Amino acid sequence: MRKITYRKALNEALDEELAHDDMVVVIGEEVAEYNGAYKVTEGLWEKWGDKRLIDAPISEAGFIGMGIGASMLGMRPVMELMFFSFAYVAFDQMMNNASSVRYMSGGLINCPIVVRGPANGGTNVGATHSHTPENIFANMPGLKVVSPATAYDAKGLMKTAIRDNDPVFFMENTMLYGMEWEVPENSEIEGGELIIPLGKADIKREGTDISLIAHGRAVITALEAAKILESEHKINAEVVDLRSIRPLDEETILNSVKKTNRSVYIEENKPFCGVGAQISSMIMEKAFDYLDAPVLRITSVDSPAFYSPPVEKRQLPYPEMIVEKALTIC
Amino acid sequence: MSTDTVSPSPHAEAEINKSLSNEDKIKFLRDMVRIRRFEQISLKAYQQGKMGGFLHLYIGQESVAVGSISVCGENDHIITAYRDHGHALASGMSMNECMAELFGKATGCSKGKGGSMHFFAPAKRYWGGHGIVGGQTPLGAGIAFALKYQDIKGCCLCYMGDGAVNQGAFHEALNLASLWDLPVIYIIENNGYSMGTSQKRSSAYPEAGLAARAEAYGMDWDVANGEHIYEVRAKTWEAVQRAHEQSRPTILELATYRYYGHSVADANAQKYRTKEEIEKYKNEHDPLNLWRNTLLDEGVITEDLAKEIQQEANEEADASIKFAEDSPFPEDSAMLQDVYWEVDNDTESGKTGRHFF
Ligand SMILES: Cc1ncc(C[n+]2csc(CCOP(=O)(O)OP(=O)(O)O)c2C)c(N)n1
Ligand SMILES: [Mg+2]
Repeated sequence: MRKITYRKALNEALDEELAHDDMVVVIGEEVAEYNGAYKVTEGLWEKWGDKRLIDAPISEAGFIGMGIGASMLGMRPVMELMFFSFAYVAFDQMMNNASSVRYMSGGLINCPIVVRGPANGGTNVGATHSHTPENIFANMPGLKVVSPATAYDAKGLMKTAIRDNDPVFFMENTMLYGMEWEVPENSEIEGGELIIPLGKADIKREGTDISLIAHGRAVITALEAAKILESEHKINAEVVDLRSIRPLDEETILNSVKKTNRSVYIEENKPFCGVGAQISSMIMEKAFDYLDAPVLRITSVDSPAFYSPPVEKRQLPYPEMIVEKALTIC
Repeated sequence: MSTDTVSPSPHAEAEINKSLSNEDKIKFLRDMVRIRRFEQISLKAYQQGKMGGFLHLYIGQESVAVGSISVCGENDHIITAYRDHGHALASGMSMNECMAELFGKATGCSKGKGGSMHFFAPAKRYWGGHGIVGGQTPLGAGIAFALKYQDIKGCCLCYMGDGAVNQGAFHEALNLASLWDLPVIYIIENNGYSMGTSQKRSSAYPEAGLAARAEAYGMDWDVANGEHIYEVRAKTWEAVQRAHEQSRPTILELATYRYYGHSVADANAQKYRTKEEIEKYKNEHDPLNLWRNTLLDEGVITEDLAKEIQQEANEEADASIKFAEDSPFPEDSAMLQDVYWEVDNDTESGKTGRHFF
């Protein structure tokens, strides 16, 4: 099967959805003429023109709010945040308006917007540019949060997110943009396109001894850890990728834990009320009798992002850290 | 060295410029040369992989920071965005602490925690170094508020790019500054572009310029050419006096130009601007050449002294690389330091309850 980058997968998804529905527009800073700060929208402006690909001024509160408003009147805006960190400038629009307009109107209004962009640390851009707000947004009922780890998932989930009738915050990762994975051509897919439902986790590696559960780039780190656990410690780890954080596929997680009886949640998010806190509480409630050990969590170190490259490397989860933690319960 | 002739700046006659000694004038040249050299050398180090993240170069804009900061007194404060190396050095920060910060070393101005976009030196009244576009603009108003509240006759120079004028926080800050008579000066360094977007494509009503947005808030504003030290100083001084004497804010828009891409990672640096445009600025509007030639014309310096100044800057920059190279990286224990004041200072509050998870 052909291999494409995560970046290209997103690009294809946007291109296909621009073709699929003429209410789809892509708006953000430098998305059109510049081809996107991270080149996710490369070539789209040339192909779709000024009406569908729109360069916005540096006014996140304004243009994200505008996208929310437009979505109320039937559009499907895909809004790029150059960094998801800049969501904080638009926080009110995203938390108050996108999340609650449906509820407050008694269901009269809905908000089919996608807000997408990279939400990751690890690139030495300091605290202001390294936020991972998936837990913050997932905390808010009315919002959906997606965090794909591979090109395949990025493409399939992006297409679904755009067609979804609720606000979906789509969190990518600059460290993954250039990585390649197998993604089938549409002609190789039954139905002719790659669609992955929200709320479906994916077993990225089958195993029997411990469940490494993760989202985003931490899935890749977990896969590397699983290899080490296998080769050096004869431990057969299963790697579960949430893909979508809210809605959450509890069943797949629980089935995995019931099989392995041990689990570690791994994320690049901060620990306090992080995604892993939700998952471990859920496992404790719903699979308590299956557990042979406490559910453990690995997160980034509980401080703002450190600029210094060698230090920041150790702020985020790395494979050896996972191995070490796993060994404490295996 | 360019041989452009400089027509004498009408601003040379401004009070604030007439009082300059030759030493002052030479210092401005030295400061601009130092900033440029620091950045040229840091670019090399960046390309050799000595640092991470972004590197936004100020080269081409040096006269703005050096000229405007040169009129500041001991109660005047500085805050800027992420293109912050020039303002940092002009505020009196050392090349060593700045270069070490770029290298992510423990000896850096921010102990390796901030990086290129987040230099800080409050002891030099330099409040950063801010990565979020427009994020520093309410802070600038806040510093002005604190000065006024404490009856200190001072002001805050708050620098920003032409792209930052479109942030909501800036407009809220303008309203507050005018409503509450805050001694803040917003200096828009208009280099024509926010990343790859020209001013025309990002800001409505281009005929009016950007500073004119002050009109909506009943605030004073001015537009000037930022390439010449005399002009920058004259215009900044007017605003500083307004802040000191009347506690009134100002927006000052200074035309300038950046020679490099938005950051070193800007792959399109040559696409959204023509080569001719860039060359024209380098050849005809270079602030270092203009000032050097002014000082030569005035007989303040000789060619030999100009060379000596360059040589000294080169040596200082080289030494800062060595300092940065030789400095240690931060310890892992530094990760959880500087998060909470109470914890760092081991107070009762800092010891009560769990702060880290
Ligand atoms: C809130 C926010 N949005 C977007 C960015 C990304 N960004 C960084 S600099 C920049 C362009 C700013 O241009 P301008 O204000 O003109 O300053 P210049 O770079 O020209 O100095 C953009 C879009 C950011 N850092 N913060
Ligand atoms: Mg600019």
